[in-house]
Amino acid sequence: MANRSPAKRAAAIPHGLGRAELLEMYRLVRLTRSLEEKLELLFKQSKVVGGLFRSLGQEGESVASAFALRRRDDGTGDMLSPLIRNLGSMLTIGARPVEVVRQYMAKGDSPARGKELNIHFTDYRRGFIGQISPLGDLVPVMAGVTLTFRQRGEDRVGMVYIGDGATSTGAFHEGINLAAVQRCPLVVIVENNGWAYSTPTRMQTAAKSFADKAAGYGAAADRVDGNDMLAVYGAAKKAVDRARAGEGVTLLQVDTYRRRGHAQHDAQTYMDPAEIERWATGNDPIDRYVAALTGNGWARPEELAEIDRAIDGELDEAVAEAEASPLPEPEEARADVTGDGPVAGPWYRLDTPDPTKA
Amino acid sequence: MATATKRRAKPEHVSLTAQGKPVTLLEAIREGLWEEMERDPSVFLMGEDIGAYGGAFKVTEGMLDAFGPLRVVDTPISEIGFTGAAAGAAHMGMRPVVEMQFIDFIACAYDMITNYVATSRYRGSGAVPMVIRGPSGGYVRGGPFHSQNPEAAFFHTPGLKIVYPSTAYDAKGLIKAAIRDDDPVLFFEHKWLYRRPQLREVLPQEDYTVPIGKARTHREGKDLTIVTYAALVHKSQEAAEVLEKEDGLDVEIIDLRTILPLDDDAIVESVKKTNRLLIVHEDTRTGGIAGEIAMRVSEKAFEWLDAPIQRVTAIDAPIPYSPPLEDYFLPQTDDVVKAARWLANY
Repeated sequence: MANRSPAKRAAAIPHGLGRAELLEMYRLVRLTRSLEEKLELLFKQSKVVGGLFRSLGQEGESVASAFALRRRDDGTGDMLSPLIRNLGSMLTIGARPVEVVRQYMAKGDSPARGKELNIHFTDYRRGFIGQISPLGDLVPVMAGVTLTFRQRGEDRVGMVYIGDGATSTGAFHEGINLAAVQRCPLVVIVENNGWAYSTPTRMQTAAKSFADKAAGYGAAADRVDGNDMLAVYGAAKKAVDRARAGEGVTLLQVDTYRRRGHAQHDAQTYMDPAEIERWATGNDPIDRYVAALTGNGWARPEELAEIDRAIDGELDEAVAEAEASPLPEPEEARADVTGDGPVAGPWYRLDTPDPTKA
Repeated sequence: MATATKRRAKPEHVSLTAQGKPVTLLEAIREGLWEEMERDPSVFLMGEDIGAYGGAFKVTEGMLDAFGPLRVVDTPISEIGFTGAAAGAAHMGMRPVVEMQFIDFIACAYDMITNYVATSRYRGSGAVPMVIRGPSGGYVRGGPFHSQNPEAAFFHTPGLKIVYPSTAYDAKGLIKAAIRDDDPVLFFEHKWLYRRPQLREVLPQEDYTVPIGKARTHREGKDLTIVTYAALVHKSQEAAEVLEKEDGLDVEIIDLRTILPLDDDAIVESVKKTNRLLIVHEDTRTGGIAGEIAMRVSEKAFEWLDAPIQRVTAIDAPIPYSPPLEDYFLPQTDDVVKAARWLANY
């Protein structure tokens, strides 16, 4: 074959990113999808305890938004709080696959020590605070976290995720309002994936968009195609930079689509299979990212394939390691309720039942 | 140029103890807050109207001027919002003290407190060293939403601590202990006791705390134990004086001071001494903590009881406003006398 030189001049990489960062984002989004596929397999083998929540179709915006943060592992970086479909954000800010698998398998050495499930776990050094199930609650919490950045004069930023559904909660409202009026350095990512369990967005709000709600709080607004990873990165970076410059809260709406049901048990019969198919084949965030990387000459297919192989190996190891972890000791249930030592166990389980020891 | 707060002269209204003057329960709490703010820069306040206005009851008067708006934060009307924000700040190493303008509004933050704050340590999200404080209780014709005693609602929540002092000494010592405690503490301040002249006392000038989780013997006696807290400590005291004078009865009064964790040892020790137990609380009957206390005494000291455990409580109704209604609703001194007599004569 004739030597072609140079095949095509590579377009400039946008948003100040370098090639290494583009590849890192690819690794993270691929890792997210592959890890969830692995968890699904384990779920079907009954090795996962409890529910499983896929973020299929949303991995791109999750990774790309978190990627815009100043990520460190020594407690001085930016902080984020994910929701259940933000495995991508968690992995981006530094959570490790083995930790996630241990969580899903309810192991005693999982980050939450078996006390909380799936990706509800926290690490202040790497900069993430696990959510709890009552939706919206982490918005006020992150308002408080970012308030301390102002109190201490730190140029750190917080990022909190909220679904289209959870923007209806009082907690969301009070949290974003408080953050905005106190000019907290907080980026609120509204992930509009079209559904809150079985409730479509038209039943969730009469507002024309979630970005519209920002004006009601005096927050800046932006909206972006959530399945265009580079666009998401750009918009998130802009919001993060604004926050870091002391310009306050941005509500960034990312439009994406939830291709699976609410959780593994949900057959999503309320969704139109043709619509799901359209998103899967025509608007997958990873497909689009790969096309951008290779089409612009920013990455070669072999590089991406090498990353895929490394991920497969990494995940096999993580699963093996997690499977080898023990379940927690039952008496651990008594520990860490307060700082005052374990709470009493039942008196009738003592070797000699004794109510005075209740 | 920043001025160290310690170099500024401390205002008169928080210098009463320093001058050897007596303080009311409210002034004791105010001094405690001020001293902790001076002592530890991670302590800060959040709440409605606490800054420019000094708080609805003026507990935080002067603090905005002294400590600035980053440490005395006037919040929007957002109990969920500022309670959650306090938790976030606590995660980052601050020690926030949140004011509920009336403790009745703590209900608005029920989810945040019980689901998020109380469970944080257990779930591995770390200890949450925050205090939620507010004016509680009735006898002031405040009606259903300005008179509540909400301890029972949160008593049931593992992970929390609940404190409810009845004296100025305990109020100052316990607000400091609460702020220094690494767990979330609900600190209830009885509004009828806030400015009662009979409770004014001269406090120690040195820094002191009162331990959370330890009851106090308010009055020693041998015939009957009253376990109580907050305003009813003082009504029980009145009742004890009547019973001594008219019935020759010697009543012991245990002031719980801490509602959660309960001081089982103090309660049991007293019951073993007197063999008769009357639990007195301002909260309503059903689900009030008297039931729990009675159960614990049954578990730990049944053989020492010479009579069934009894209780004096408010009736099971929302809190009415008009004086004849509120007086009927709430426990009165005479109720304690009558119930104690019944027990003594059993």
